[in-house]
Amino acid sequence: MSVSDLQPAPNERRPATAGMPKLHMAIFAVLFVLLAVLPMLVYPVFAMKVMCFALFAAAFNLLLGFGGLLSFGHAAYFGGASYVAAHASKVWGLTPELSILVGTLAAALLGLAIGSLAIRRQGIYFAMVTLAFAQMFYFFALQADFTGGEDGIQSVPRGSLFGIFPVDSNEALYYLVLAVTFGGILFLYRIVHSPFGQVLKAIRENEPRAISLGYRVNRYKLMVFVLSAAFAGLAGATKSQVFQLASLTDVHWSMSGEVVLMTLLGGVGTVFGPILGATIVVTMQNYLASMGAWVTVIQGVIFVLGVLLFREGIVGVISKWLKRPL
Amino acid sequence: MFELLGIPPQVLMGQLLLGLINGSFYAVLSLGLAVIFGLLNIINFSHGAQYMLGAFVAWMLLEYLGINYWWALLIVPIVVGATGVVLEKLALRRLYHLDHLYGLLLTFGVALIIQGLFRNYYGISGLPYNIPSQLSGGQNLGFMFLPNYRGWVVVASVIVCFGTWFVIEKTRLGAYLRAATENPTLVGAFGINVPLMIMLTYGFGVALAGFAGVLAAPIYSVNPNMGADLIIVVFAVVVIGGMGSIMGAIVTGFGLGVIEGLTKVFYPAGSAVVIFVIMAIVLMIKPEGLFGRNA
Repeated sequence: MSVSDLQPAPNERRPATAGMPKLHMAIFAVLFVLLAVLPMLVYPVFAMKVMCFALFAAAFNLLLGFGGLLSFGHAAYFGGASYVAAHASKVWGLTPELSILVGTLAAALLGLAIGSLAIRRQGIYFAMVTLAFAQMFYFFALQADFTGGEDGIQSVPRGSLFGIFPVDSNEALYYLVLAVTFGGILFLYRIVHSPFGQVLKAIRENEPRAISLGYRVNRYKLMVFVLSAAFAGLAGATKSQVFQLASLTDVHWSMSGEVVLMTLLGGVGTVFGPILGATIVVTMQNYLASMGAWVTVIQGVIFVLGVLLFREGIVGVISKWLKRPL
Repeated sequence: MFELLGIPPQVLMGQLLLGLINGSFYAVLSLGLAVIFGLLNIINFSHGAQYMLGAFVAWMLLEYLGINYWWALLIVPIVVGATGVVLEKLALRRLYHLDHLYGLLLTFGVALIIQGLFRNYYGISGLPYNIPSQLSGGQNLGFMFLPNYRGWVVVASVIVCFGTWFVIEKTRLGAYLRAATENPTLVGAFGINVPLMIMLTYGFGVALAGFAGVLAAPIYSVNPNMGADLIIVVFAVVVIGGMGSIMGAIVTGFGLGVIEGLTKVFYPAGSAVVIFVIMAIVLMIKPEGLFGRNA
């Protein structure tokens, strides 16, 4: 299977693993400065939500944009990690960084279990299998004891970072979330531009050829699946600390759809697309929340128009104009 | 009467019947998905929404125009199928030269639009649709009570499934269809209008979903979310069966419905996930699906 036409052909003159291009570095720097002062401009919880979803979308993009695998069940890792992290904070009394770590590990394990089965099928079957397993996980979350069923896990304590620095206030927590999500996105960037990322690209472009070159394609696919699940989990675990809540919303199939939408809108296979896409979608949900189900309709329309007219996504189009990969 | 493992036969037969009814819907819906996939190579994610649309159109016909169930059974598939034809002509057609995943994403968007619109206008509480008077009541079979309508659902589904199978496998039209599945270019070269055939095939697959929706309306309450969760189970059914064969889709659909019903008797907590567990096992043992050619 290939999603090669999802990818705007980047005009690369230098080896992709040769370190970060100046343009990317500049954008990351601007983004970081912007995020550092953002809590003075907008409500910090909203900004934290955007950052969590940006990391979620970036993790999803690792799998779709660079691995060429469309998972329609990423809510399982996002929401699963959110449950585990919330449980760890509330019941085990772990500090936030440990809770997030435990949640991330849980998502990675879940990704390993589901991924090792899902990679046995390709293309749309892969999408259906991941969706079905995510739905299975949803039923598990609905019925299991520790998830609290319809109520979810509520009033999760925020505690103190390393047991020393209290992060009860939104402002203090903001910088923790900034560090986690920004660090996560940079790490994903590093993965994509590593030799491992290059092999992924080769598999995406031409799987039989990658096999004939001696790569164990399924191991690479499983590896990228687990990595993507782990970072989706990192995002979900962090979100549970922000909202002090883990609920069924985060494991529902509509969440899996939302992360696809964010990535598609921003630009599949771009570095900055998922960040922009997540920002737009979360902002839209925030301001249109009073419109109820119209939000779903609008999301559907964006999907349809995006697929028909706008397959490169916003950042993909800009990248084409600039003739530089973004 | 006999008892099996301490389960009273009434309970067992009752759940078997429920399973058979669920299986009827799995069979008709996965059949539609298989027919569409065969020719268009896309997974129709809006299938669940189109099934819901079928139930709603039946409800609207009765509520606003006083048109009864039997006419709805005929009109609804035509109406819903027509929306499918429009969708194919306006949108899906533009995606055939691209990766199949785009078809999935597009139809997912369509599903969101349809479900969102109906949620806006009709809420999520569900609307009642009465069983047609000819089919109210039931039969006492001695070992269990069979409501007439439920019996009818199973019979109607079997007829539609085998009718579809017959047309595709045994008629000239079906032969064109199967030929176009193998090699559309060559079939086009023989003077057959392949784009038209693709459009009508999509319409037919969608009409099957609409038909299932009418069948479902009197059993399940008519509500905008009725198709959303169902379609994910049907996806699992399709993965288990593989979409290579029409008969495979039918047999898998009914079979899994029955297995789900039995699970409700012997291990109720597992009934929501049993189909997904079977999917996992099939993926381990025979990844291409029970009836699948390699995918």
